[in-house]
Amino acid sequence: MPSSVMPMSNSGDGQKPPAAVSAVGLRKSYGDKLVLDGIDLRIPAGTVFALLGPNGAGKTTAVKILSTLITADGGQAQVGGHDLAADPQAVRAAIGVTGQFSAVDGLITGEENMLLMADLHHLSKQEGRRVAAELLERFDLVEAAKKPASTYSGGMKRRLDIAMTLVGNPRIIFLDEPTTGLDPRSRHNMWGIIRELVSDGVTVFLTTQYLDEADELADRIAVLNDGKIAAEGTADELKRLIPGGHVRLRFSDPDVYQAAAVALREVTRDDEALALQILCDGSQRELRVILDWLDAAEIEADELTVHTPDLDDVFFALTGGNNVPNQSKETVR
Amino acid sequence: MSAFSLAVRDSNTMLRRNLLHARRYPSLTLNLLLTPIMLLLLFVYIFGDVMSAGIGGGGADRSDYIAYIVPGILLMTIGGTVVGTAVSVSNDMTEGIIARFRTMAIHRGSVLVGHVVGSVLQSVMSVVLVGAVAVAIGFRSTDATVLEWLAAFGLLVLFAMALTWIAVGMGLISPNAEAASNNALPMILLPLFSSAFIPIDTMPGWFQPIAEYQPFTPAIETLRGLLLGTGIGNNGWLTIAWSLGLTVLGYFWSTSKFNQDPK
Repeated sequence: MPSSVMPMSNSGDGQKPPAAVSAVGLRKSYGDKLVLDGIDLRIPAGTVFALLGPNGAGKTTAVKILSTLITADGGQAQVGGHDLAADPQAVRAAIGVTGQFSAVDGLITGEENMLLMADLHHLSKQEGRRVAAELLERFDLVEAAKKPASTYSGGMKRRLDIAMTLVGNPRIIFLDEPTTGLDPRSRHNMWGIIRELVSDGVTVFLTTQYLDEADELADRIAVLNDGKIAAEGTADELKRLIPGGHVRLRFSDPDVYQAAAVALREVTRDDEALALQILCDGSQRELRVILDWLDAAEIEADELTVHTPDLDDVFFALTGGNNVPNQSKETVR
Repeated sequence: MSAFSLAVRDSNTMLRRNLLHARRYPSLTLNLLLTPIMLLLLFVYIFGDVMSAGIGGGGADRSDYIAYIVPGILLMTIGGTVVGTAVSVSNDMTEGIIARFRTMAIHRGSVLVGHVVGSVLQSVMSVVLVGAVAVAIGFRSTDATVLEWLAAFGLLVLFAMALTWIAVGMGLISPNAEAASNNALPMILLPLFSSAFIPIDTMPGWFQPIAEYQPFTPAIETLRGLLLGTGIGNNGWLTIAWSLGLTVLGYFWSTSKFNQDPK
């Protein structure tokens, strides 16, 4: 049976647990554009790994390479104990992939999609029916099972997508931005689904643009920026890199802005946006201190916003100042 | 499971998927059937009297002309059906499910084989439907034996397979359905430039090579010979050579395109 593809016992005491996914120096470019510039990864079996990064950072490309969809220009990778380049078919037997854009057949019904997967995993007719019915039930798709998948909502499509991925009982699952475009309720449902997978001992490789999502789900997080891993660690380790939140003051009058910038001194300036940033953890006490300070200096900003740490800040910390003015402008609008 | 039985099983699964699509959304297939049937009726009932005057030295009547154009119309039906194949392949490639197939441990070629077999089956069904219309308006074969009917059927299947593989390649290189339908246009145009409606020797001299050196003309002449007892000459061999050549070309073209990294 194909389920015995991977030797994944965790019994090797004292030794490092076996890696479900490992990669060294993965590179990929499209034409002149370098998308992945030497990525190293090591994901222990049975853990959740999150690749975090903004749009265009190369997250999807990394997933496409590791899931055998495209070939890397350079570097090496093993998935489920098999070399990507030497034995892609064995890798495919070990993995399940749910892409960013739903990989369902919209022309046929949800149930037919499930049975199609059962056939492609060479389950017997009876077994296929059983697995399909079970998963449709588990993902709350029984009512919609007889409707064409193209009529499903975003959340339903994503659930069907994952249900299809699970038909083959894969030990390693790639989830490319599983919650992008979902409403908050569907997003939380998806988190529940992912946690369930992990409790079954499956290794999960997920990509996301949201820090809170990685924080919520992942054992380890790697931050991908411009095709390079900018940092890797647990959520706590990464958060220590974040300088914390800040208060942002925006001015409409350049003269007032200049005066404020000179008077306050310990601030980060954004001359283009006429905005100043003051470090602040967002607590009431610190906020009062800052307000008192502003009053004392007789500074009156046109707009004051409290900014809690988020992905922008991670990038601020990890990638230097270059990104910040752009990112900050985004948040003001 | 051996590699071969795996390939057969996966191809069969893909075939059932494609037939399910065709059954659920029959409008594309039916639309493509309209063209050959309309042309058949148009040429027989509207242009028939004038057209028939041009064949058989002028003494032919309408029923002679029906007999003359039906083989061409049948092959044109195949040409029309494979345009649908190009469109559906191109549509399919934009679907996320194809990416899923590529990351599964299934026989790689099964996706394309499923399309090809499904399309050949559709071609055969379309030919039978158009053939039924032809019989209904008076088409009769001239003393064709069972063997000749079988040969005619074999020719249609072989020819359909050749055009289908080419159409699959056209679908794979087309970024969207519109482009696919444009790229596959020769499949509809070539039979118009063949001996389907008028004998080649009645065409202008400069045009005759265009009509002669293309796959439809020998196939039409062979089908005519089998069903109506006209001379086949070397058209039979030419048809087989064209069909096998296009099949091999289309197969290697399509599989190499499909095996490339998707965008």
